[in-house]
Amino acid sequence: MSKRTIANRTVIAGIGQTEFSKQSGRSELQLALEAVRAALEDAGLTPADVDGLVTYTLDSSNELELARLLGIRELRYFTRSPYGGAATCAVLLHAAMGVATGIANTVVFYRAFNERSGQRFGRPQPITDHQSYLRSVAGGGSRWWSWYLPYGLATPAMWSSLQFQRYMHVYCLTNADFGRYSVVARQHAATNPCAWFYGQPITLEDHQASRWVVEPVLRLLDCCQESDAGVAVVVTTPERARDLRQPPVRIVAAAQGALQRTDMVSNYYHPDISRWPEMELVGRTLWEQSGLGPADIDTAMLYDHFSPIVFLHLEALGFCQPGEAKDFIAGGNIGLHGRLPVNTHGGLLGEAYVHGLNHITEGVRQLRGTAANQLQKVDHVLVTAGMSGAILGRS
Amino acid sequence: MTTPQKGAVAPSNGLPPLVGPDDRFFWDGVNAGSLLLQRCAECHELRHPPGPMCPYCGSLRWETQPSSGRGVVYSWVIPRHPLPPGFQDPYIVVLVQLEEGVRLVSHLVGVRPDEVRNDLPVEVSFEPIADGIQLHRFRPRQAGSV
Repeated sequence: MSKRTIANRTVIAGIGQTEFSKQSGRSELQLALEAVRAALEDAGLTPADVDGLVTYTLDSSNELELARLLGIRELRYFTRSPYGGAATCAVLLHAAMGVATGIANTVVFYRAFNERSGQRFGRPQPITDHQSYLRSVAGGGSRWWSWYLPYGLATPAMWSSLQFQRYMHVYCLTNADFGRYSVVARQHAATNPCAWFYGQPITLEDHQASRWVVEPVLRLLDCCQESDAGVAVVVTTPERARDLRQPPVRIVAAAQGALQRTDMVSNYYHPDISRWPEMELVGRTLWEQSGLGPADIDTAMLYDHFSPIVFLHLEALGFCQPGEAKDFIAGGNIGLHGRLPVNTHGGLLGEAYVHGLNHITEGVRQLRGTAANQLQKVDHVLVTAGMSGAILGRS
Repeated sequence: MTTPQKGAVAPSNGLPPLVGPDDRFFWDGVNAGSLLLQRCAECHELRHPPGPMCPYCGSLRWETQPSSGRGVVYSWVIPRHPLPPGFQDPYIVVLVQLEEGVRLVSHLVGVRPDEVRNDLPVEVSFEPIADGIQLHRFRPRQAGSV
C-alpha cells in the first residue's frame, strides 16, 4: 500500500446525536455540544481526549467556544469545509486526514442547527447588496445565484430542479418516477424510531397528491425535511480505538470532487447536465483508494435533499447505467431486501435533514449491527453527498 | 414581437439584478437593449456567466460580442412554493442555450405553462421591471424570424 493514502488509516470510534425535531427549543451551540458529548460517551472517551474539531463553513457554532465549554484542553487541528451537503463526507475526510497525518489523535466532526425553527434553507434567498452577497456565498453557496435571483429562481429546490428537468427530458421520466424513491425512504423511516416520520409510510398516491414545489420536477414529498438537530462523529487511530467501548468502523476511503464548470446546486454549464460528473469523479476516487467496486457495496446512504438526486447518484456511481435508475428503483432494488438497500434510516426525506451527517451515523450503525432496519450482511457501506463520498468498512 | 395569448405568463415578475464589477457590462447592455456576451480578447472563446479570467487560455483581456438573442429552451421549471417576495404564480424559468453555445437563465414569457417544452426555439426581448432597469426575457420564436 502506498503511504500516500487515506485508505484504512483511521476509524470511527463514536457517534452521537440529539433528537430530530422541528423545534429544539435550545441554541444551535447547545445542540452541537450535546451531539459531541453523546459521540464521546458512545466511544468511551472524554473531551480531554479530543484534540481536533471539524465542521461545515455554514455551521454557526464557533469551534473555540465549543472547545471551551466541552473541556477540550489542547486543540491542535480545526478546519471547516465549504458548501452544505457537499461537506458531508468532506468533514469526514478532513477529520481522517488530521488523524492519519498525526496532526491530531482524536478528531470530532459535527453539524448542528435549528434549520426548521431558525433559518430555513427552503425560503427564498433575499437580494442583498453585491458585497454582502459575495461574502455570503463564498463559503457556502454559488457565485452565480445573483444571475438567478432576479428571475425568482431563489431556493435550492428551484435551482436543482432546473438541472433535474433536463434529466427528466433526456431519459423520459415523470415526477411519479421520483415518487418511487420517496415511498421507499418513508417506508424505511416508518420502522426507525429515531426518524421524524416514524410510523408514517406513504403511498405513491400520497406522493402524487402532494402539492407542487417546482413543477414539473418536485412535489412536497420529493423534498427533504427541515430539521432541528445535531450530529457528531469521533475519528481516531485503529490503535486508540482497540480498547474503546464500540467496535471501530474503518474509514476505507474518503474523497471530494469538483470540476472546472462545477456549481453548487445550480450545475447548468456542463456539456450534458443530465449526468453528474462530480459524483463520477468522487466514485472513481473511492474505487481507486479502496480497490472496491459497486458490487462490493452492501448498502448506500445517498444524500437525498431532493428525490431526483438519488437517481443521479445511482448512475454516476455505476450501480446502473445512465437513464436506468428509473427501472432500478421501480424494480425494488433499493429496498431493505433489494440488491442495494439505500438510505435504510429513511434518508433526509424520512429521518431528518442534518446536512447528511445522519447518513454517516446510519452507515456506522449498519456496520456495528445496531441499525433500526439492520441488514443481514454488511461489510462495506457507501456514503455520498453533493461533492464528497466515503466508504466505511467493518473492522 | 409575439402577441400574448390568453392565459399566457405576464412579464411582471422580476427583481433588479445584483451588479458587480465583473458583470456590469452585461446589465448595462441589457438596459440598452442588447444581450452582450463576454469573449476572450486573445483566444476568442465565449463564456457565461462572466468572470475576469478566460477559463480556456487564462487571459485577463476580454471584450464583448452581441448575441443574436436566438436560442432554444434547454430546460425549464415553474416555481410554485414558496415564491419570492414580488413574484406571482405562475412564472416560467428557463435555461436557454443560445445559438452561440453558451447558456443563461431567464424567463420564458408569451406562452401558457402547458405550452413550454424542451428545445422550443426562443428569442430574446428586453422588458422593464423598474425605473431604468430592464431584464432579458425570452419569447417563442416566430416562424420565419431571423
